[in-house]
Amino acid sequence: MHWDVVIRNFDYFLLGAWPAGPMGGLLMSILLALGGIFGAFWLGLLFGLMRMSRNAWVRLPALVYIEIIRGTPLLLLIFWFYFLAPVLLGKTLPSFQSSLVAFIIFTGAYIAEIVRAGVQALPKGQMEAARGSGLTHVQAMRYVILPQALRNMIPSFVNQFVSLTKDTSLASLIGVNELMLTADQVNNRELTAPMEIFITVAVLYFVVCYVLTSISRRLERQLARYQARGR
Amino acid sequence: MNYTFNWGVVLTGEYADWILQGLVLTLKVSGLSIVLAMGLGTFVAVLRMTHVKLLQWFALAYTEFFRNTPLLVQIYFWYFGSDPLFPESVKKWLYAGDFSFAAGVIALSVYTSAFIAEEIRSGIFSIPKTQLEASRAVGLSFLQAMRYVILPQAFRIIIPPLISQFLNLIKNSSLVMAIGVMEMTYMARQIESYAFRAFEAFTVVTGIYICISLVVSFLITQYNKHFLRTIKY
Repeated sequence: MHWDVVIRNFDYFLLGAWPAGPMGGLLMSILLALGGIFGAFWLGLLFGLMRMSRNAWVRLPALVYIEIIRGTPLLLLIFWFYFLAPVLLGKTLPSFQSSLVAFIIFTGAYIAEIVRAGVQALPKGQMEAARGSGLTHVQAMRYVILPQALRNMIPSFVNQFVSLTKDTSLASLIGVNELMLTADQVNNRELTAPMEIFITVAVLYFVVCYVLTSISRRLERQLARYQARGR
Repeated sequence: MNYTFNWGVVLTGEYADWILQGLVLTLKVSGLSIVLAMGLGTFVAVLRMTHVKLLQWFALAYTEFFRNTPLLVQIYFWYFGSDPLFPESVKKWLYAGDFSFAAGVIALSVYTSAFIAEEIRSGIFSIPKTQLEASRAVGLSFLQAMRYVILPQAFRIIIPPLISQFLNLIKNSSLVMAIGVMEMTYMARQIESYAFRAFEAFTVVTGIYICISLVVSFLITQYNKHFLRTIKY
């Protein structure tokens, strides 16, 4: 066993060469996941609401987007944007940005479905009462439906954040210097301790994801108490 | 956007063959992993239900660990770091064959089995407790009750979520390209680097993945419509 290899490189796993050099490791993974979930929330909210529209011209694009993205492997999507960017923009996009775009578009489709499920899970009476008291459809959504629905969706968002955190490991395949690539680099440099290195990396991911999952479970129990229910 | 499409390159000749070979390998990897993951997942789920604390703990740790670590890390672990884990004879057999294929299948099966175990467990929980008590009372052992009473009912309920796990597995199988298994995504990359036809290759491959997933989700909807409502308690 060569656990000394892991100990020697542990700060590299966590931060990369930062602050002396470029950022990397777990810090980079978390930044990617945070950026991804932030962008995906707004994109998913937009498409989730579009998906429920009664106007087919609004609904169909959202439906096509959701179905196509959910049917495509994330890895393929990452390659798509990696190779699409130079053609569309005329210059190469750094792999960090292009993988971030892929994460936002991928996770957005899943969040759109969460938003739809969350809104539809509210009792119909909420919308009817809001409309009945004179709010427009948009106002009712903005002030009555979404505040309740979004709160109920928080555990699902956290779960989506967990799977996004795991998925950021795929960015290593186009050369983003996050935890997975850091591990691969150390493994290629040392060559003596592949098992120890990958177990350490797995445990690092596990700690982050497990803490988040536990939070999500606790939230689920707490939020269930305040939910408006239909009869 | 100044890019002229040339679909002929990827739809005919050598490159089309590559994509087909890739598709066959994707289906092979996924099919084999589905079978293994089902077996392993059922086993872990049953361990979770036993009354032996140690087995319960093992099953809990297994599902939590493999669900909360990225698949790519697991693939790299089995490919690069699993050497000390296997006994000599197994190692000889694995290395004699296609080891990247074997490592990919092991990683995919273990990863998916953790998710399947959770699905099966929730399926078993959704069966009223009285079913188990009644079957124990008529003299079946725990395993017999599981085998003949609980699992047949549980499986019927969890078929839709199981199938979406299979779908995830097919999409996840694209990751084994990282260790050099020449499945569909690998072939798309290959065509990109040989012919500089990234868009055509990626479009065709994406289309195939989407077709697979649309067909499967259509089947799930049909199943939900026709069979699920016949289940009674």
